[in-house]
Amino acid sequence: MQPKIELLTEDLIDRILDEAFQLLMKPGIKVQYAEARELLGSAGCEVDEANEVVKIPESVAKKALETVPSQFILYDREGNPKITYGGDHVHFDPGSSGVSILDPETLEHKPAYTPDLVRIIKVAEMLPQYDAQSTAVVCNEVPKEIGDFYRLYLVLLHSNKPIVTGAFSNDTLQTMIDMLAIFAPSTSLRTGGSREALAEKPQAVFDVCPSPPLIWSKFGAGNLIELARAGVPSEMVSMPLAGAAAPVTLLGSVVQHAAECISGITIHQLARAGSPIVWGGAPAIFDMRKGSTPMGAIETAMIDASYAQVGKSLNIPTHCYLGATESKIVDAQAGMESGMSALVGALAGVNMISGAGMLDFLACHSPEKLTIDAEAIGMAKRMLEGVQVRTETLATAMFEGINFKGDFLKQRITRELFSKEQYLPSDIIDRDSIRGWQASGRMDTFARAKIRTKKLLDEYQRPQMDPAKEKALVSMMEGLAKEAGMNTLPALE
Amino acid sequence: MSQELFKEMAQSILDGDDEVSAELAQKALDGGIDPLAAITDGFMPGVNEVGDNFACGDAFLPELVMAGEAMKAAIAVLEPAMMASGVSRQVLGKVVLATVEGDIHEIGKTLVGTMLTSSGFKVYDMGVDVPTADLIAKAEEVGADIIGLSALLTTTMIKQKEVIDEVAKRGLKVMVMVGGAPVTKEWVQRIEADGYSEDAIGAVSVAKELMGL
Repeated sequence: MQPKIELLTEDLIDRILDEAFQLLMKPGIKVQYAEARELLGSAGCEVDEANEVVKIPESVAKKALETVPSQFILYDREGNPKITYGGDHVHFDPGSSGVSILDPETLEHKPAYTPDLVRIIKVAEMLPQYDAQSTAVVCNEVPKEIGDFYRLYLVLLHSNKPIVTGAFSNDTLQTMIDMLAIFAPSTSLRTGGSREALAEKPQAVFDVCPSPPLIWSKFGAGNLIELARAGVPSEMVSMPLAGAAAPVTLLGSVVQHAAECISGITIHQLARAGSPIVWGGAPAIFDMRKGSTPMGAIETAMIDASYAQVGKSLNIPTHCYLGATESKIVDAQAGMESGMSALVGALAGVNMISGAGMLDFLACHSPEKLTIDAEAIGMAKRMLEGVQVRTETLATAMFEGINFKGDFLKQRITRELFSKEQYLPSDIIDRDSIRGWQASGRMDTFARAKIRTKKLLDEYQRPQMDPAKEKALVSMMEGLAKEAGMNTLPALE
Repeated sequence: MSQELFKEMAQSILDGDDEVSAELAQKALDGGIDPLAAITDGFMPGVNEVGDNFACGDAFLPELVMAGEAMKAAIAVLEPAMMASGVSRQVLGKVVLATVEGDIHEIGKTLVGTMLTSSGFKVYDMGVDVPTADLIAKAEEVGADIIGLSALLTTTMIKQKEVIDEVAKRGLKVMVMVGGAPVTKEWVQRIEADGYSEDAIGAVSVAKELMGL
């Protein structure tokens, strides 16, 4: 039995959806993209062109909700199924699109460059707790217009895991889809993969963000349509900020989240019914002292768990942003917020939980934190496995021959089952005696994480890759970089 | 033939399988293989490998203990044959081991015993809650090189000192090593113990050091 938390009653879910449908009619949704308004208009929505506002009747929205696949699978570069979006499957990936990196020695937040992203990718590749990669940090030395696919290029070059990514403009999205298509398992060697092959076995999901409250921008709506047509999974990242860009109540924000997601799904499914899309988000409460948006707040996690429950009630795959912290360094607050919120997300059965490795409102990334968060994720995943019956009798058979002695360590069954019953943490988690701890250098968690991160980087080996595909990837990237005025690509290390 | 068998012996230790290790020991005897060689070149490399893996975190206590049990089973088969032929196994040293009087904590002490045995020491494990007088008597009887004392409570730790004082009073030529959760370096110095270790693997090195190996 997978343990589960549910914060909403069925009645409450009904009320949330009912009010979300009301919002779709009054005030309606602002859709800042003509093609999306056309799609909605021809499906029977009332369109106010002057104000770019569309009123979506419940009947139109419900029809769209019915065609959303309840499940889809992400594949690795070799075409092996790796991640199931749907049901109560739980996966984790590092947070994405940070702009700075924590210097583990000086603790400064420095602008992130290529070698920083490469380090994050390598660490995430080495840690089995991460099911997917993300395009984790912006590389500041690379021109903005090529940044999106440059990040994807680095991930493709260094990893075999599925990818959670996103595009910051409509044009770059097309390039990114073509880039991924290079690695799509193909029937024809000559074409080296195709968009059709990619749609059949997608390796990446693309984040697409509505703008709170109730707005689909030109770029957001455009990406929804393009992704739907390409058959590449979209992941809506709705971000109600409770008390600022959304109602102050957690439930009010959950209603807004539902309205943004349902309107997004309507646009998406009208572009191509049956294309995969995820009920996701990165909401936060609004801190009333600092005017900030804490990702590590427990109420943020409560909004996530609630909207995930709403998404599940509609049979739609889910995503959320948890496992991150506002702390600026990897300290007790970082551990507490990241670990607690990761566990809430896992217990809520969210299909993809993004956010690990991140500090400072998702602005800063840290490979060292990524290794620590992996332990919290390992523990959360152990929790999800639940308490299992692994032996015929629960205990009595194991008492045979024990004769009041603490000799269970000598039993064959102990050797057989201990690593199933227990999550075996890395040495980031200190379980040594005080003297053992003293003898090994009196290190705190962060110091141990620095050592482990270095070890993981030393042990990392680039996954085997078809040389033809690699060549195609590199020459595509070089061509794009030249167009943007960058004659050579930055060094990787 | 024997090279192949030695490999299987090491593997039986790595697998922690005391039935297989005993069978292989018997097979060695039946095949006329020197029992001493079976221990040194067959089973011992397995014990060393598990110990090394444990020390660097790649093996866990159940594997370590099962390896020790498999080693014990092999020795139990081989030792009588050696005695019968007049060759005695060269033991690294004789250790009388116990948890001190008033203390019933067993796991750590037993682990040390297992590790010492599988590393080539002859261990007399007297169990838990053992009075000082009994310990001394046993050490004299077997001609022990080392007495190993475990205590898990700060209240029973004092018994370690009692044993050491008794050894000194009688002028016995036996060294005393101590261990247990509350034991600190300061305590070890204060009671003038000859050695102490943090864990079972460390205890083997300490015992070897005491024996001048």
